[in-house]
Amino acid sequence: MTDRTEQAPTQPGKDARPIKLACRNVWKLFGSNAANFIRERDGKASMADVTAAGLVGAVRAVDLEIRQGEIFIIMGLSGSGKSTLVRCMSRLVEPTHGKVEFEGNDLLKISDAALIELRRHRMGMVFQNFALLPHLNVLENIAFPLSIQGQDRPTREARAREVIELVGLRGREHFYPRELSGGQQQRVGIARSLATKPEIWFLDEPFSALDPLIRREMQDELMRLQTMLHKTIVFITHDFDEAIRLADRIAIMKDGEVIQIGTPEELVVNPATDYVAEFTRDVDRAKVISARSLMRACDGTEHGGTVAPDAKIASFSAEIVSAGKPFAVVNGTGKPIGEVTPQAVIDLLAGIDRSRAGA
Amino acid sequence: MTVTAGASEARARPVQVWLIVWASALAAVLVVFLLQDSLPWAVNYPASAIVPVADWVGALMGWIKSNLSWLTRSITAVLGVPLDFALNLLAKNFKIGHGADAYVLPRLSWVGVCAAAFLAGHAAGGRKLGMLVGGCFLYIALFGQWTSAMLTLALISIAVPFCIVTGLFAGIWAWRKPWAERLIVSPALDLMQTIPTFAYLIPMLLLFGNSPVSAMIATAIFATPPMVRATMLGLSRVPSEIDDFSEMAGCTARQKLWRVLLPSARPTLMVGVNQVIMLALNMVIIASMIGAGGLGYDVLLALRALKVGEAMEAGLAIVALAIALDRLSQAIAHKQAMGHVHREVSPSFWRRYPNLTLAIAILVVTTLLGLFVPAFAAVPKAITFTTAPLWKAAVNWITINFFDTIEAFRVALILNVLNPLRAFCEGFPWLGAVCLLGLAGYQLSGLRLAALVAALTAFCAVTGLWEKTMATVYLCGISAFIACLIGIPIGLMASRSDRFEKIVTPIIDTLQVLPSFCFIIPVVMLFRVGDVTAMIATVAFAVVPAIRYTNHGIRQVPPALIEAAKVSGCTPRQTFFRVQLPLALPEIMLGVNQTILMALAMIIICAMVGTRDLGQEVFIALSKADSGRGIVAGLAIAFIGIVADRLFNSWTAKARARLG
Repeated sequence: MTDRTEQAPTQPGKDARPIKLACRNVWKLFGSNAANFIRERDGKASMADVTAAGLVGAVRAVDLEIRQGEIFIIMGLSGSGKSTLVRCMSRLVEPTHGKVEFEGNDLLKISDAALIELRRHRMGMVFQNFALLPHLNVLENIAFPLSIQGQDRPTREARAREVIELVGLRGREHFYPRELSGGQQQRVGIARSLATKPEIWFLDEPFSALDPLIRREMQDELMRLQTMLHKTIVFITHDFDEAIRLADRIAIMKDGEVIQIGTPEELVVNPATDYVAEFTRDVDRAKVISARSLMRACDGTEHGGTVAPDAKIASFSAEIVSAGKPFAVVNGTGKPIGEVTPQAVIDLLAGIDRSRAGA
Repeated sequence: MTVTAGASEARARPVQVWLIVWASALAAVLVVFLLQDSLPWAVNYPASAIVPVADWVGALMGWIKSNLSWLTRSITAVLGVPLDFALNLLAKNFKIGHGADAYVLPRLSWVGVCAAAFLAGHAAGGRKLGMLVGGCFLYIALFGQWTSAMLTLALISIAVPFCIVTGLFAGIWAWRKPWAERLIVSPALDLMQTIPTFAYLIPMLLLFGNSPVSAMIATAIFATPPMVRATMLGLSRVPSEIDDFSEMAGCTARQKLWRVLLPSARPTLMVGVNQVIMLALNMVIIASMIGAGGLGYDVLLALRALKVGEAMEAGLAIVALAIALDRLSQAIAHKQAMGHVHREVSPSFWRRYPNLTLAIAILVVTTLLGLFVPAFAAVPKAITFTTAPLWKAAVNWITINFFDTIEAFRVALILNVLNPLRAFCEGFPWLGAVCLLGLAGYQLSGLRLAALVAALTAFCAVTGLWEKTMATVYLCGISAFIACLIGIPIGLMASRSDRFEKIVTPIIDTLQVLPSFCFIIPVVMLFRVGDVTAMIATVAFAVVPAIRYTNHGIRQVPPALIEAAKVSGCTPRQTFFRVQLPLALPEIMLGVNQTILMALAMIIICAMVGTRDLGQEVFIALSKADSGRGIVAGLAIAFIGIVADRLFNSWTAKARARLG
């Protein structure tokens, strides 16, 4: 692979990596005179103010930072403004107010030519309904963004064949989109967005139009690609399970606002509102919560084994219960920082919440 | 309960108010009509107050003609080049040099053209279509209409690309600039499509003379609107995600339009192309009056000399050409819509395009052979048929055996239906019509529509055309009424029986592609000239949308609703009358609207068979080259169409809004 590779994430959630893309008080209001409305209020307005002015607040006061190489998921139900937000980030939609910073530069201030240049080389996007061009075959579709840049045919087709190989579509180069299944079409969409070697990759509900089984397969495929490519990914979904499966961090949106940003674990352990708690209620907690969240200070009892702080409970629950003894939680240097008791694991698996209250 | 009762009362009140308003308005009109001795100016527009718009327009056209002749002449010269080429290629032979020793390069051989038509059909839709298209051309050749048909085809083949390019750019412009669409393109399209075909010819005749070029320009103007509409529709229908994708791929505005949006809109564009071709054919036939020549001219000559047999023959050749062009372009459009199928890419041209290569080869070979073997150059007399005597005999037979019946029918219709209606319409007070239509406009949409409708109606009176306008309204109205009376039940039956639909569909498809001229010929044979002929031809021409929209409207009622009705215990009859019909009503009304507009277009052409209305006014203006008179009458006709269209549309929109 000739992709620009970045340092693999070592510790999600830690601030080690540079900020790739940031939203600073981004607003998108629909309605007449929306720009004046928000400027007069200095970028502050409540939902009631917006409604009273006869405006529709698709995105309201969004602040978030996406770090290089992370999978950042924006999750919300339909109409929560997540699609509008991601379009503000790529400037497909012009925000009414606020700043979108790409590597520290305000995206909203750059010229059209610079924006085209940026999109050609550094951004990629995958769409819910694939957005393949019906008159081009797989090879031409994938090579299309390259041909737009003026690359000659042999160069762009060679690159297109590379990504076709990458997403496992070899042998289908000359098929037209309507001859492919949904999953295959989305593979084409993914390959097309990767052909330009983008640094930041927007995925707008990429798997929502697929059957559950195919969706699962495509999620695995995405994780496989990410371990090879280490893109900065902004992923939109309305499916909380999908978010949990893929995310480094999740931003939950409701009515145009971001309610909470955090790792899946943080959301499950500390939901900011009842709305977030509602989503997390049915989550398989053992797969989300790590040893660090469940550990307590060592009280001197004998340990039956050791686990890393990031290890998910599900990865050692069987061992710890059968061992019947607490496991030591050890950091990178092998020094114990706490312990997890079998009882805490059993309580978690049984859905009893007292372990956390005691921690 | 009191709240509910109050609300329903409030809702009921406006209806009653309108009832009273309408009753008093009708009473007022009746009073005016009865008092016409004391209020003559309200019934018949006073001649002294007529605004001489016709003279003004005539003067303007005269000025243009005398001052801009350099422009019109250069346009004629420029457009003449490709047109002459096409005419020579298909119909006339190329002559290099002058006089007797000129070297003649032959036109394309008829054998080659027929084979190429077969191959085109084969490529677009398989062998069956190839046989149909090739067969149509062969028919034209064998029935001795080859040269005329190729003249017509040459004009179309130059006019159509012109329409497509112009329409595409106009559509793109309107799509990019919403103000342009609202203020310029949409009104222009409305006017272009409601102005009768005849009226186009007059300014063209004046500016460009009696020549194929002016026929081609008239054709191009008439046939462009569907391409503009298709472009606008196609572009606006491209999924927003594809639009977003093109942005994210970093397309410039131009790349986005030409490489993403237009190719994605191709199926819709192809539908537009099909319509352009059919309208161009229709117009080329009519434009034979200003020098287009070809099949239309043959029909015209034959009709003028009342040679029904010859007229029928040329008419059938038009039908054959129409069917061939329509099926071919539809098959191509269908292929586009179905999308591409992958196949092995092969590098050589002839392998990739076997049909095209073969067609070119056959054309070249047969044309060259034509230099030596005359049978290839022109259709040999020995193998052509003529059916003219047959048609003549058939008409004679019918006349001898059924003259009394037909004549009795005709006279009864005239005496009992047409004449009283005509008297009623022509005596209708113009002021009353303006007020009543304005009132309808106000009730349906508001002040703006009321003002528009009243102003357009008043135009017809103010220009002194009131009586002719009402004559048009009467004939158009009764034809549209009968067309609906026939078409809606057929549509209802077709919607309830798949077998019946299978029978009806090809018939209405064929009726729809026939140029309007063709409807007149058989009717004239039986009923001679007059209002009855005009009416019958118009009904046959205008019945199609009534059938099509009714069938479609009933069939598109969501199956879930029908199931819901069945589950609630509706009998089939109740389901039909209480669920399907009310839901389909807006669609059916749309069909009625189309029927009225088509009837209007046809009635004008029926001026050729001796009606006495606005169409005749245009017809006379055409023969006298009186552009002012012709254009004003044309505008009056367009305004009738616009008034009917706007009123119906806002009614339909209201009904739609109510149904949600």
